[in-house]
Amino acid sequence: MGNRCAVIGVGQTRYQTRRRDVSLAGLVREAALRALEDAGLTFADIDAVVIGKAPDLFEGVMMPEAYLADALGAAGKPVMRVHTAGSVGGSTALVGASLVQAGVHGRVLVVAFEKQSESNATWALTTHLPFNASLVVGAGGYFAPHIREYMRRSGAPDHVGTLVAVKDRLNALKNPYAHLRIPGINREMVESTPMLWEPIRYLETCPSSDGACAMVLAAEDKVTGTPAWIHGTAMRSEPITVAGRDVVSPRAGRDCAADVYRQAGVTDPRREIDVAEVYVPFSWYEPMWLENLGFAAEGEGWKLTEAGCTALDGDTPWNASGGVLSSNPIGASGLIRFAEAALQVRGMAGEHQVEGARLALGHAYGGGAQFFAMWIVGSSKP
Amino acid sequence: MSEDLVATHVLEFPGGYTRTTGPVIGRFLTELRDRRLVGVRTAGGRVLVPPLEYDPDTGEPVTEEYVEVGPAGTVQAWAWVGSPRPGHPLDRPFAWALISLDGADTALVHAVDAGSPKALRPGMRVRPRWRAATTGHITDIECFLPEVASLVAPVRAEYRVTPGRALTRFLEGVRDGRFVGGRCAGCAAVYVPYRESCPACGSVVEEEVEVADTGTVTTFAINNLPDPRAPEVPFVSAYVLLDGADTPMITLIGGVPAHEVRQGMRVHAVWVPPEERTLSMTNVKWFEPTGEPDADLDDSTGGAR
Repeated sequence: MGNRCAVIGVGQTRYQTRRRDVSLAGLVREAALRALEDAGLTFADIDAVVIGKAPDLFEGVMMPEAYLADALGAAGKPVMRVHTAGSVGGSTALVGASLVQAGVHGRVLVVAFEKQSESNATWALTTHLPFNASLVVGAGGYFAPHIREYMRRSGAPDHVGTLVAVKDRLNALKNPYAHLRIPGINREMVESTPMLWEPIRYLETCPSSDGACAMVLAAEDKVTGTPAWIHGTAMRSEPITVAGRDVVSPRAGRDCAADVYRQAGVTDPRREIDVAEVYVPFSWYEPMWLENLGFAAEGEGWKLTEAGCTALDGDTPWNASGGVLSSNPIGASGLIRFAEAALQVRGMAGEHQVEGARLALGHAYGGGAQFFAMWIVGSSKP
Repeated sequence: MSEDLVATHVLEFPGGYTRTTGPVIGRFLTELRDRRLVGVRTAGGRVLVPPLEYDPDTGEPVTEEYVEVGPAGTVQAWAWVGSPRPGHPLDRPFAWALISLDGADTALVHAVDAGSPKALRPGMRVRPRWRAATTGHITDIECFLPEVASLVAPVRAEYRVTPGRALTRFLEGVRDGRFVGGRCAGCAAVYVPYRESCPACGSVVEEEVEVADTGTVTTFAINNLPDPRAPEVPFVSAYVLLDGADTPMITLIGGVPAHEVRQGMRVHAVWVPPEERTLSMTNVKWFEPTGEPDADLDDSTGGAR
């Protein structure tokens, strides 16, 4: 795994439908300055900057890393951009960490963002390329059939998706940065919203958010403040179309989890991981990923959700921050998972802190559930 | 009442009344004619805009100190006028707004040309649009306009797209009413549409295989959002595993109500008449049920057994 690396600063913007008051540059700078402030550092202390965001078609800004370098104090420093679709926030953290773990840099600033209000993600993901035989409408249209197949295979009752939609929004009420904060959120409210891509209801989907997240990663001899130590990092990918592909529980996700657990010495994730921030953009992906990540046996994930195990006061809290279902600046959503995992083991998650959290999982996925990025962070050195 | 006993009557002083402004209002209007906005300071220190001659709090005369304010200001509250009347300052929908000009302690009522009520919000920043010719009247300001906070940046990329060799083979098949796949020499999987390399093992796919135009719905979504490729809402987009293929294709299901579509349902392609066919997937109108019993599904991949 290379040299030790720790998260020493986390910065987030408030996530909301539209940030009319800032440019793209102002948005990323806001998150970066908060991360630096958390670490007690300035741009001058940073050796390299890694930027992540989802497809350029979302804002129509090509090579945003070139445009954003000034705002991130990157003049005269290495700056690069990462893109792995929805998992990009996670991959961005891992690329940044690898620069420290490899001994190339002492302190790396990682930043990810999306300003979804500048266009429309469903438009950007549904480009109607000529000759294409596909009939997919946005991310929801793509994932709905896979959710249906999970429901069939597992025999999960219909209301499990609703439970996740409520649970994550209840958590969001405890997170000052969360986008969707719906007072009095309950099952009736979720079930009264229309089916968009059946079996996905409106309130079972993530919002479209503007926002940015940043972290300062440091080598062991550069650690300041309260560190979250990286215990394992892993990325995996697989083709979107391949014979025999299991779209409900993709092999790349299982392999990625196995790799990160091995590095961190985790053999029983449900018991050993105190809190998990997992990329759940559609509510049913919680039980699906509970199985894919080995927190539950195949076909059993929904039972953990139904029993309340993944609630903030459950035995294995998932998405204490409110998760992607509550805030979704797409390019940043993965980095937020990784950052929230770090906040938990640093004991700095505020009202949604899981008491005594010592080991946390950050997870992101993207594309047609074909790119995966994960890390495990802990309060003590690996 | 008889129509004969209704008459229109106009009361309008010929030429219009005069209004003597007095020194305070006069100063305001004079500055306005010069495209400046001023307020007057009260003895208590407040800046009134538009100015008043007597402090409404104390009844005392205001001071002789005039303070330049604005020209930008902040919208405090508004009423939307959806159907402007003849005497209104704008001939299109607008807002009457209370505008607190920078440096003023009171708000000015004026029109805001915001386009849509959705564009307005408390705290919105606005600036005056002046008339070409000013005369010393409040209408020297035609209206207020939102400050520039965003712009439209058209981005257009135009490509010549060709389908490539493999997809061309597939589309030629579709033109002839058949589905062409390819069998991987390494792992024997049959890919539909035809492709030239296997995503699993990387081998070259050389062997062309024709697969059936019948298959099984492995899973599907009922879409309630309209799409130009679907005739109506709701429509079903389904993964159909064609008989003889190892990868499902996403297609429209028709000829059956959306909520009667099932996983495992047997379906067949509905082709448009031969004379209407082109090198395009539009040759397949949709897939519809064959009426056969449902197929078993494979739990490991969601494909048909």
